Amino acid sequence: MRKAYGDALVALGHERSDVVVLSADVSNSDHSFMFAEVFPDRFFNVGIAEQALVDVSVGLALAGRVPLANTFAAFFATRAVEMVRTHACYGGAKIKLMGAYAGLSDSFDGPTHHCITDLAIMRSLPNMTVVVPSDPNSLSSFLPQIAAWDGPVYCRLNRNAVPVLFDDGYSPEIGRAVTVREGGDVTIIACGVMVDRALQAAQSLQSSGIEARVVEMHTVKPLDVDAIAAAARETGAIVTAEEHNVLGGLGGAVTEVVCDHAPVPVRRVGVADRFTETGPYEMLLDNYGLAVEDVVKAARSAIEAKKER
Amino acid sequence: MHYHSEELVTDISRRAQEYRIEVLKMVHRAQTGHLGGAFSAAEIMSALYFHHLKVDPANPNWESRDRLLFSKGHACAMLYTVLAHRGFFPPDELQTFRQFNSRLQGHPEPQKTPGVEIAAGPLGHGVAIGVGMALALRDSATSKPSAELTPSPRASKANVYVVLGDGEVNAGVVWEGVMSAAKFRLGNLTAILDYNGTQQTGSTAESMPTEPIAEKWAAFGWHVQEIHGHNAAEVLDALDRADEVHARPSIIIARTTKGKGVSFMEYDHRWHGQPPTDEQYQTALAELEEGLKQWQK
Repeated sequence: MRKAYGDALVALGHERSDVVVLSADVSNSDHSFMFAEVFPDRFFNVGIAEQALVDVSVGLALAGRVPLANTFAAFFATRAVEMVRTHACYGGAKIKLMGAYAGLSDSFDGPTHHCITDLAIMRSLPNMTVVVPSDPNSLSSFLPQIAAWDGPVYCRLNRNAVPVLFDDGYSPEIGRAVTVREGGDVTIIACGVMVDRALQAAQSLQSSGIEARVVEMHTVKPLDVDAIAAAARETGAIVTAEEHNVLGGLGGAVTEVVCDHAPVPVRRVGVADRFTETGPYEMLLDNYGLAVEDVVKAARSAIEAKKER
Repeated sequence: MHYHSEELVTDISRRAQEYRIEVLKMVHRAQTGHLGGAFSAAEIMSALYFHHLKVDPANPNWESRDRLLFSKGHACAMLYTVLAHRGFFPPDELQTFRQFNSRLQGHPEPQKTPGVEIAAGPLGHGVAIGVGMALALRDSATSKPSAELTPSPRASKANVYVVLGDGEVNAGVVWEGVMSAAKFRLGNLTAILDYNGTQQTGSTAESMPTEPIAEKWAAFGWHVQEIHGHNAAEVLDALDRADEVHARPSIIIARTTKGKGVSFMEYDHRWHGQPPTDEQYQTALAELEEGLKQWQK
């Protein structure tokens, strides 16, 4: 997804002269170097200094620029989060945080670089918007929207090649969930790389006569409450699937809405509140509770619970 | 050398003392707030807002304004007082300091208070945010290594000023910003370090030694001046000289006294964040009013 991100950044740079790009000395990882090559005067490397990365971006935003700050997701949502809270969410600086290598996608760098807490942290901040594109075309469609968004945005990016789910006509909108598969027995609400796995799970469930709806919840905040409430009412069972801790992320957000609007059984697929380890990406996903089979089991469990009610 | 008229120097000095009195009244009335660090910044803030800064109180978001980033946010009673008397909002509103429903929050909030540029309170942010603003206000910012670069002419005449405290430089992010400012050769960025020698639990020398502070900033590539921060003429001169430095960022290390003007508060860290009793208030008020006399005709 990195090359797609670099291409989208360059396109955005041509489109908007107020866009500036910053990186904490990882531009060859996050691929913001592609923007730097075309727009050297609008690119700033602040060194290995993630807190300054956010604060310098804040200054640029308060003076009228649209800064896209780039570093590893794990550093935005941990090391620099006070800067994000105080100046972007409270102080009103409309910075755009592009969290590279999110989830387990920086797999071989290990748990220090894996990022399974960012969605929970970022969505708990008032005024923050949290976007998780699921494929390269989705990302290309979101980037201009993120730049134009009237507030700070945290966008989560995957390091690796991911399945292409959508054609280049795909035009999702921030805050509006997309139903990517219809079904009436259970709804799987997924984001990021788990959208593909949710679709595979739905396929698998179909062979045993279960029709699963799959919803791409690319915006974790502001959440599409209507889509979740409708899914709960119409299918009576919900599964969430995310490359994140099961605590506080998409699963937590969806559960809150279901409790408030239409209480039905919910099962959350994610990393089981533990640190992970080094390894190949797919192997990590499969071993930390994010396998297609985990989604299938969760769906069956939610449907069983629905029947028992 | 620059010359500022005796009238101007007297005016700034008088204002500084009057604003100390205002701050004392605010913190006594609210029975919450920070006196020591507000008193030490009085001449600095008066010189900035009543002579040096290009600002328009009627249009606080004027694009070409100079930006003053008040990084030592706990001392905001002084910031609010100076902004009010400069015309950003009615001085009567100072009575609402730290109260519910007030625009004058316990620490600065840019979206609530006219003239406040950044949120502050969590310490250390001003320099790095100033770097971003200075980059944006400069003509065509460049990220080439500074050795290869000639300073570009500024499209905007606006400068960025950051007022920070000496305890504040304990925070690592200050130095991240300091390095970036030097790398990008931000001649339109000036920091004023209110070096009052005292922080929350004791002297800076005890809490976290920061000396030799001038050498540190110089080693990071900044233009450095050291002045007596309660001498209005020196403050005014130093601000002018800092504006003449175009190829690199500039810092004014203003040697000040925490709690300046009240004998029992000076250099006593307990007056970092403690409100005065009625009796202490009367004594302090009398001392500050006595001190004011030398600046009155």
